[in-house]
Amino acid sequence: MHARTEPASEIAPSWPEDIFTILQRFDVRQVPYVPDAGHSQLIERVLGASSMRGIPLTTEEEGVALLAGAWAGGQRGVLLMQSSGVGNCVNMLSLTQIFRFPFLTLVTMRGEWGEFNPWQVPMGSNTQGVFELCGIKVLRASHASEVREVVEAAAGQAYNACTPTAVLLSQRLIGAKVFTK
Amino acid sequence: MSKANLLNRRAVVASLLAERKGTIVVGGLGASTYDIAAAGDHDRNFYLWGAMGGAVMIGLGIALAQPDLPVVVITGDGDMLMGMGSLATVGLQKPKNLTIVVLDNEVYGETGGQASHTAIAADLVGVARACGIPDSRAIATMADIEAYAPGTHDVTSGPRFASIKIDRANLERVLSSRDGQYTVNRIRGSLGFSPI
Repeated sequence: MHARTEPASEIAPSWPEDIFTILQRFDVRQVPYVPDAGHSQLIERVLGASSMRGIPLTTEEEGVALLAGAWAGGQRGVLLMQSSGVGNCVNMLSLTQIFRFPFLTLVTMRGEWGEFNPWQVPMGSNTQGVFELCGIKVLRASHASEVREVVEAAAGQAYNACTPTAVLLSQRLIGAKVFTK
Repeated sequence: MSKANLLNRRAVVASLLAERKGTIVVGGLGASTYDIAAAGDHDRNFYLWGAMGGAVMIGLGIALAQPDLPVVVITGDGDMLMGMGSLATVGLQKPKNLTIVVLDNEVYGETGGQASHTAIAADLVGVARACGIPDSRAIATMADIEAYAPGTHDVTSGPRFASIKIDRANLERVLSSRDGQYTVNRIRGSLGFSPI
């Protein structure tokens, strides 16, 4: 978890709104998350939506188990987390193969593209590999203009084909956290 | 901490589920799943053979999706200790239809009986209450379990947490299905959901 410095000159990006619209269209109801600055706009939209339930977690693996339960109960969900949280999920990601349920996670990346904090680099460098070792398909969006089609494709294959999928939202897209001026 | 008059886990679970009606039951991996199977296979039994620490969160996901149905998670002290943070998540969501029952034998029975944290120090009832589940209690007699069971059907007054100290006997395993897709699709089917 971390806060990013909001560039005062820029207006809020539109890609989080694109994601929110897609999640609504796919009838996503449960949205577990561990907060991340890169997801803050989307989390606010989720918490303000009557059709969705934002569910803060104490650790990311809780979200994988929650979504398995949601599916058993007839609802779709999406897990929002940061790259460092992916490592916390590893054993619980077994559930995506055991249940073959429609697992979708949207991951904001740290540890790449101008990262200041070396502690973010090991997990950020291994995020895609960890997912792939766990049988999760990985898609990536690096530019605002491609977020919509990447998330749409990911949601489509996750919810329609029960293909567990992660979307990595690049630090290049979100902006590296500014620690010093 | 008294070790006298510890309860038999199979009798406890059979009593809790005797009049289960539409209740969805989640069993933590290991002996709790065997106990639920021993009480009788059911199309709304969610058996876990892994995912240690995840039983409560699976129950929460179901409970939020099906707020009019009672959901009961029955798990062991080892699984509950591993997923202790999930009690804080439940305390925040406050699902009125969720009951969490921990069968606490104070050991890791599946792996050779090594002592768990509840044998010496950890008070799971205190943890649950401190996480925002006011109806958290220890239950010590079969009479109190029989009195507690009907309340688990009340979908307006949860969440609830109960810790039941049980004896350490390693009972014969009663094996449920190990096929997760079968288990989940059977539950979904009972709720009226079709396969994709």
